[in-house]
Amino acid sequence: MSDILNLQSPASLGPSTFPGSDRPMVEAHGVRKTFGSLEVLSGIDMTVSRGEVACILGPSGSGKSTFLRCINHLEKLSAGRILVDGELIGYREKNGRLHEMKKPQLALQRREIGMVFQRFNLFPHLTVLGNIIQAPMLIRGEKREGAVRRAHALLDMVDLRQKADAYPQQLSGGQQQRVAIARALAMNPKLMLFDEPTSALDPELVGEVLAVMKRLANEGMTMIVVTHEMGFAREVADRVIFMDGGVVVEEGPPAEVLDRPRHERTRTFLRRVR
Amino acid sequence: MIADTATSAHSAPPASPASAHAPAPRVVPARYWGQWIAAVVLLVFVLGFVGLIASSKNVQWSAIPRYLFDPTILDGIRLTLVFTVLSMLISTVAGVVLATLRMAHNPVLSGFSHLYIWFFRGTPLLVQIIFWFNIQLFIPSLGIGSFHVETNTLISAFTAALLALSLNEAAYMAEIVRGGLLAVDKGQAEAATALGYTPFQTLTRIVLPQALRVIVPPVGNQTISMLKTTSLVSVVAAQDLLTRVQNIYATNFLIIELLLVASIWYLVMTTVASLLQSWLERRLGQSVSEPPLVMRLMRNLMSAVGSKG
Ligand SMILES: Nc1ncnc2c1ncn2[C@@H]1O[C@H](COP(=O)(O)OP(=O)(O)OP(=O)(O)O)[C@@H](O)[C@H]1O
Ligand SMILES: [Mg+2]
Repeated sequence: MSDILNLQSPASLGPSTFPGSDRPMVEAHGVRKTFGSLEVLSGIDMTVSRGEVACILGPSGSGKSTFLRCINHLEKLSAGRILVDGELIGYREKNGRLHEMKKPQLALQRREIGMVFQRFNLFPHLTVLGNIIQAPMLIRGEKREGAVRRAHALLDMVDLRQKADAYPQQLSGGQQQRVAIARALAMNPKLMLFDEPTSALDPELVGEVLAVMKRLANEGMTMIVVTHEMGFAREVADRVIFMDGGVVVEEGPPAEVLDRPRHERTRTFLRRVR
Repeated sequence: MIADTATSAHSAPPASPASAHAPAPRVVPARYWGQWIAAVVLLVFVLGFVGLIASSKNVQWSAIPRYLFDPTILDGIRLTLVFTVLSMLISTVAGVVLATLRMAHNPVLSGFSHLYIWFFRGTPLLVQIIFWFNIQLFIPSLGIGSFHVETNTLISAFTAALLALSLNEAAYMAEIVRGGLLAVDKGQAEAATALGYTPFQTLTRIVLPQALRVIVPPVGNQTISMLKTTSLVSVVAAQDLLTRVQNIYATNFLIIELLLVASIWYLVMTTVASLLQSWLERRLGQSVSEPPLVMRLMRNLMSAVGSKG
């Protein structure tokens, strides 16, 4: 499957065999974001390594989605900087100044970062296949045959091989979300962002989506997952990050943060979600 | 009558299971006598009016069939259709451009679009037609360097009429398109952006195709109305159906007869257009298992374009 995902540095090969592979995948330095007078992010520092799965937990309104959207510059930062694979996101540094990128340049950076949304956001006017192949063909200029072959491989991976010609509205929520994951993977991203991918699903459909995400994690994909699924965080995450009030309150291996939280705010939150 | 059965049922002892099988009492439907009287009065008036016209000695009824298929009239119909189709096509494209300008961040661009819509919707189309026909008053000639063209030769009655119809309609179309664009869920553009689509790709591949569902029905209405609106271009003698009719009655004075001929043709055209529209809307409405027609059309179009590019 790693040939489907085309990961530049499969976890199995170890971090030191690739040039630059000891460089973190995501670095956030002092990220701040304000909406008008409301400060939503108050200085986030975070490093996510290559192949790492980081789960972000936190109460509603703590800025989890906003932070995730800053990583692919769907939101403009108010201060701080974010680097993905060593590349500054959203700005070009020249003569000690940061020049804001234009949208077509931003689009180039976003191709490398996959995102999965709470409400799937599949394109309803395209079939499942169309949803998956449009971006590679349009943006990467891939040939149709190649894109279709890869789409079928990705559909195999998300267990939806028979649904290629269906339209999104003919699929269940769980199936739609799995297509959305396949669509993001079709662009060969280095990094996948998940914003509460199972929150809009009926309980019995959550498992099938988490199973796909787990498979992806095992393949060595770098993932940042905002979730309320404690079971997933415990089992799959390399690191759990607890956010509250626009700051990272604590972070560490799941066993530590989830079972022996050091901060009272974390304890209160965990008591409430259980 | 109904009240009778109701009161008798009320005063009767509680129904036993046996009486439930008894034949049900006859139901007399309620009659609204007032409406019937109004209908009769209406009919009398309408028939009387039609009779008055039909029996008029001043109308030569035999002239109507004689002119109905007159080559000049048929040619006028052709031009009316050309005006309708071309102005709808041009105004749709212009409307998309104006709608996107209106949503632009740059205040000059959105301000221009705003002003355009305000001006062209706020002034009579008749005036706009006459204005474009007389544009040479403002710009006597067009040219670059030594090359000059008289505006008069460039702007014929046809171009003035087409320009006026298209520019005016574009203002209405811009609002329709904008409504369609706003109706598309924001998550769609966001998902495309996150995948790496440029703003132009997001608009043309994701947002516009979905906006079509909302845009097509009002555009149908505009087209039907445009069939009749084109008659205004007769004021500059643009050779549409009404111009032809006027030219003919200017010589033979069969004014009412020829206006009736034109009306018959306008009715035929709008009826056919309405039938087409309701067929299209029925197809648009079916979305249970099959994607709607426009979406399939768009998909086929896109894949055709995609396979070429
Ligand atoms: N575009 C916006 N304009 C103004 N305020 C916003 C905007 N987006 C988010 N906010 C505010 O920022 C705060 C953080 O929102 P965010 O969506 O990041 O929280 P979250 O941690 O993802 O919460 P949830 O668990 O409910 O998804 C909220 O108070 C929200 O109202
Ligand atoms: Mg959120």
